[in-house]
Amino acid sequence: MYYIDPHIHMVSRTTDDYERMARMGCVAMSEPAFWAGFDRGSVESFRDYFRQLTEFEPKRAAAVGIQHFTWLCINAKEAENVSLSREVIAMIPEFLDKPNVLGIGEIGLNKNTKNEAQIFWEHMELALKTDELILIHTPHLADKYKGTRMIVDMLLDDPRIKPERVLIDHVEEHTVKVARDHGFWCAMTLYPVTKCTPSRAVDIIEMVGDDKIMVNSAGDWGPSNPTAVPDLVQEMRRRGYSEAKIKKVVYDNPLEFFRQSKRFKFKDPA
Amino acid sequence: MPAIQTAQQILDQVFLDMRAKLLEVAASLDRLDRAPGAEAVANDQRRQRIQKTLEILASQSGNRAEQLQLLFSDTYDEKWQRPGVRA
Repeated sequence: MYYIDPHIHMVSRTTDDYERMARMGCVAMSEPAFWAGFDRGSVESFRDYFRQLTEFEPKRAAAVGIQHFTWLCINAKEAENVSLSREVIAMIPEFLDKPNVLGIGEIGLNKNTKNEAQIFWEHMELALKTDELILIHTPHLADKYKGTRMIVDMLLDDPRIKPERVLIDHVEEHTVKVARDHGFWCAMTLYPVTKCTPSRAVDIIEMVGDDKIMVNSAGDWGPSNPTAVPDLVQEMRRRGYSEAKIKKVVYDNPLEFFRQSKRFKFKDPA
Repeated sequence: MPAIQTAQQILDQVFLDMRAKLLEVAASLDRLDRAPGAEAVANDQRRQRIQKTLEILASQSGNRAEQLQLLFSDTYDEKWQRPGVRA
């Protein structure tokens, strides 16, 4: 089955991973800007990183027949450096006409601090001003519920926000309804230890339905599995779901959300 | 999107996996209890939360996973101070 991985950090993955994903049926992926494992010291580091996301990774992906899309921001983990964050936010528009950019992301919160909230809010302003889609990271573990509520508060406080143009990522059992009840898209991340397992992700789909929801591997430099989405496909097959139902979650839904981006051009492989 | 498997089918599929995971929890609790300093750990908030999860697991509610997640979550205050205008 063809599938899309709507959240994966390929700058941290090998060419073998690209090839393995292609063999498993991946036809497109989107790569949000993220924390690369260490704090960057200047806006020039981000300029190089955004060039990597908009110039180099699309070529690596195309070499194995995968379409590569991306999102730009300074992530919440580096948002404690407010002055650097503002420099990066001011620089992002240089890249907004690159053909593979889908919007602003993954912005959000990490430890739910005042600075993180401020920089989230300033990213939101940029996305509204430039009419971009928004992809949101929600915090890990004990911080997740509080952080997700804070993020939704900030989104709802602004009447210009259109919920159907916002994707809230890394939802789990206790946050999926926080996102969905207000009309936002949401995504579940399939991780070996934290976040969701494929079976819990399918449980959540059974409980809340398969509209406005998608799954991703969020593969990066930490413990993660770049072919986690096919694991979910397998779990849904094991439970007896039709191929059409599975395709809706791993292919149709990401496409429906991405198609709202003014630059999104997708070559259907079928 | 309701589940399409029967409870019997689900139990047949998940029994061994659940058994293994419950044994891991049981063995971890035993290891904690027989280790030096077990009494002090009994007052650790994490140990107390684990004890509370066992009560949730034993309940008949249909949202045990959500309850466990909330038990392990920080408290949300709806009156938190929102960001102001850009400096």
